[in-house]
Amino acid sequence: MMNNFFINLGRKVLSFLYFSGGLANLASQTIYLAFTPPFKRDHVFEQAKKAGYDSFPIVSLVALFIGFIFALQTAYFMQRIGSELYIASLVALSVVRELGPVITALVVAGRVGAAITAELGSMQVTEQIDALETLATNPIKYLVVPRFLALTLMLPLLTLYADAIGIFGSYIICVFKLGISSSMYLHVTWDALMYKDLFTGLFKTVFFGMIIALVSCYHGFNVEGGAEGVGRATTHSVVTSFIMIIVADCFFTALFYFIFP
Amino acid sequence: MIEIKDLTKNFNSHKVLDELSLKINTGETCVVIGRSGCGKSVLLKHIIGILKPEKGKIFIDGKEVTNLNEEELNGVRMKIGMVFQGGALFDSLTVAENVGFNFIEHGHISRKELLEKAEEALCLVDLCGIGNLMPSELSGGMKKRVALARAICTKPEIILYDEPTTGVDPITADSINELIKNLHDKLKVTSVVVTHDMKSAYKVGDRIAMLYQGKIIAEGSPGEIQNTTHPVVHQFINGLSKGPITETLEEFR
Repeated sequence: MMNNFFINLGRKVLSFLYFSGGLANLASQTIYLAFTPPFKRDHVFEQAKKAGYDSFPIVSLVALFIGFIFALQTAYFMQRIGSELYIASLVALSVVRELGPVITALVVAGRVGAAITAELGSMQVTEQIDALETLATNPIKYLVVPRFLALTLMLPLLTLYADAIGIFGSYIICVFKLGISSSMYLHVTWDALMYKDLFTGLFKTVFFGMIIALVSCYHGFNVEGGAEGVGRATTHSVVTSFIMIIVADCFFTALFYFIFP
Repeated sequence: MIEIKDLTKNFNSHKVLDELSLKINTGETCVVIGRSGCGKSVLLKHIIGILKPEKGKIFIDGKEVTNLNEEELNGVRMKIGMVFQGGALFDSLTVAENVGFNFIEHGHISRKELLEKAEEALCLVDLCGIGNLMPSELSGGMKKRVALARAICTKPEIILYDEPTTGVDPITADSINELIKNLHDKLKVTSVVVTHDMKSAYKVGDRIAMLYQGKIIAEGSPGEIQNTTHPVVHQFINGLSKGPITETLEEFR
């Protein structure tokens, strides 16, 4: 019983170390290959369209509803203390600094990360990745680099867009439901926000994009055992991305708290 | 010439190749036979450098290929074509793009030239005019032929076949065998065919080698192999359920 516990613990630790090593290795090779010619711009654009452009509808929907919900939830307390006006600044700060980046990253991890793992996983199972190598093409250069660049570039853009939509959602509730004047709302929002809020919010999404791309590609490359393996890898990929995004978010929040007090 | 010396490979402490040595002469078709999962595909993947051996060396035309860096290895790979078991066609690309993949990635040629080269290779495998289809629209046998077209498109000196007749009907299998023979005669390539289809082995092979427990245990002309007295080879080529191969399996359990 006790023995089993330690064996399992040992296995978990080993597999964690194996994963960390593999991911670090993939990351270094990806970054190296991203800066070595030849550069395939078409591939990056294609992935940017898949990962970024095609994600706009779902990100819009989620961000809009987050805006609605957040405005209503804060209104509950703000009305009690008679300061509805500050809903605008509260929403602006929390959406730009925290909710926009994290919600967007999670949506993209679920939508795009899962798709990448499933696609690369199927390629691995059907030996297409081996075939790439036999055709003298580096699979990391051909498959990972475009996805990595696309997600790293598109996630900040998507987040910026989600921030705007989120604030717009809250604007609708405050102006049409709570009776705050439109110009007042915009003025308070504008006053609350500083450049550093926008910067700290967007800066971390660059890393979230890298995390999603690398984790999903890593799990895709390491699929074993046919269709079931692809399913398992996709689940692992999304779960790992979620955990790493939240941990990275915590790290950056703490870091910025001390750098830009 | 491909020369394999003392090749050893383990997967999770399971010995797949155990000091395997084999010589394949230029222009010859060598068939490697063996049971499923005995390491035949692993052997091919070592020749083309996808897998690295733990021990041992492989020489292609006298040049060692097991210790090359990626750039040198890619140079070697341009001379080798590999046909995968299920075709391994890229399903996001059309048939023509698949066949001409090497030119898209490495050559600077126009779209028109690419399509011409792809069409030429497709005609060699009797599939003229299907360049615009997607791989998902093809049957299993056609996929194997397209994979073959992709392998020969760059005019390689060596072609490796991973179970070319597995999973297709007997008539298609025979036409693939014919194709392998014809390509061999036309292009004068060195071929390594991995299979457990004995009919195919006798038909295409100049020489047959049997892989068993990580080693080549017998090699010879198809005639010699057919009349072998080696008990393991005898059991395998005649497809008998009782014999030394299955007995050792019993011992394992």
